[in-house]
Amino acid sequence: MITIIDYGAGNLRSVVNAISRIGYQSKITSAPADLYNAQVVILPGVGAAGDTMAGLKKHGLVEPIRKIIAEGRPFMGICIGLQVLLTGTEEGGWHDCLDIIPGRVRKLPPGLKIPHMGWNQVRQITAHPIYKGIPDGTNFYFVHSYYAEPEDESLVAGKTDYGIPFCSVIIHNNLIATQFHPEKSGESGLKIYDNFIKQAIGT
Amino acid sequence: MLTKRIIPCLDVKNGRVVKGTSFVKLRDAGDPVELARMYYEQGADELVFLDITASPEERNIMTDIVEKISEVVFMPLTVGGGLRSVEDIQHMLRAGADKVSLNTAAVLHPELIKNASDKFGSQCIVVAIDARRIKTTELKWEVYIYSGQKQTGLDALAWAKKVVESGAGEILLTSMNADGHKTGYDIELIRLISRSVNVPVIASGGAGDMKDLYSALTAGEADAVLAASIFHYGIYSIKEVKKYLTDKGIPIRA
Repeated sequence: MITIIDYGAGNLRSVVNAISRIGYQSKITSAPADLYNAQVVILPGVGAAGDTMAGLKKHGLVEPIRKIIAEGRPFMGICIGLQVLLTGTEEGGWHDCLDIIPGRVRKLPPGLKIPHMGWNQVRQITAHPIYKGIPDGTNFYFVHSYYAEPEDESLVAGKTDYGIPFCSVIIHNNLIATQFHPEKSGESGLKIYDNFIKQAIGT
Repeated sequence: MLTKRIIPCLDVKNGRVVKGTSFVKLRDAGDPVELARMYYEQGADELVFLDITASPEERNIMTDIVEKISEVVFMPLTVGGGLRSVEDIQHMLRAGADKVSLNTAAVLHPELIKNASDKFGSQCIVVAIDARRIKTTELKWEVYIYSGQKQTGLDALAWAKKVVESGAGEILLTSMNADGHKTGYDIELIRLISRSVNVPVIASGGAGDMKDLYSALTAGEADAVLAASIFHYGIYSIKEVKKYLTDKGIPIRA
C-alpha cells in the first residue's frame, strides 16, 4: 500500500490523482499504524513548515516517520515534506523540524521575486533510478520561499538555480525528497513517482 | 533559470467556457475539462479558471469541474470567482485547486487575504486586480470589482502593494481597457506593478498576437502571461507560442 500522510493541510488530492494516473492505489491517512504497514510513505507539503511540524506532532506522526526512515523503508517528501526532514527552519523565526537530515532550511536570497514560483530546471547531481527516463535539466514546478541546506553535500542529488544554486532533490538510502511538486510537473513529474514506486515495491 | 509561464485562462459560466470583450458579449468556447486536457497536452504551464457567474448553485458545478480537471491534468490550477470566505477557499483547495484567485472579496474584505494566506500559505493566494486606465495625463489606473462593473476608487499601484503586504503570493493583473480586444497588453500598467511588488505578476487582458506576449514578458517585465481568446479560438496553439518566445530568447519550458 502507498500511504500519503495527512497532517491537516494541503492539497493531497493532486498527489492521490498522480499516483492513480500511473496505476497505483494510495491511501490518505493520519494514523501512525498505517505508516508502519505501508510499502511506501509519501509526505506531501503545502504551507508553512512550522504548521506542518505542528500537524505531525498533533497526530503523533513524528516518531513513526523517524522510525520508518531509520529502518530504511521507502519514503518520499515533497516540498515542505522535504524541508521538515532537516534539523530546523528559519521560516517564521526558528522551528525545530524532524532532524533526520542534519542541516537547516533558509530563506531564498533577496533580489528575486519570492516565492520562487514556476517551472525551473533540475540538474541531476548523482545518477539514480529516480531519474530514469528523465533528461538532465528537465523543468519541474516549484513554489517555495525557503530552501534546504543539508550539511552533508553528498545527499544533494539535484540542484536548481534561483539567485543561488539550491538543493532541489535529496536522496539518502530509500529516502527521496524533492523541493518541487512532481504531481504538478506534468509527465516528467509522474515519471518521478513511477520510478520511485517501482523501485520501492520492486515491480 | 526560472522559465516564464504561459497560462491559458478559462472563464467558466454554467459549466461552459466562455469569452467576452471588455467583460461583456460572452461567446461559448467549449467544455472546461476538454479544454484543460488539450492545454495540458499542448504544454501549458498552468491553468486559471474563473467562475464568472458564481452564484451558490453554480459554484457547485465549478467544484465538480475542478475535481474532474485535477484528475486529468498534472500542472498548477488556479480557481477564482465568487470565493468570499476562508471556507470557500478551503472547499476549492480540497476539490483540487492549487491556488485561489480573490478579486471582489479582497477589496470588500481585505482581511480575507491575510486570513487565507495565514491558513493556507501565501503561495496559494492570488489576488486578481482588474484595472482601468484613468484618463489623465498621469499614469494611473483604478481598480474595478464585480467583474469590472463597479469602480472602487482604489489606485491600482497602492492596492497591489497592499495586497502583497497582506499576504498575496501572486498578482493576476488584468487591464480592462485591453481585455478581449486582442490589441496588446497594457505594458505600462504591467511594468509599473511588476517593478513595485516582490511577488510574481501575471499579465492579462488584450493578447492578440504572439508579439503581445513577448512585450508583456520583456518590456512589461511580467513573470507570466495569461491569455484566453487567442488560445480558445485556435489562433495560436500553446506550442506555437512557446516556440516563438523561445526563438526570441525568452526562457520557456519546452
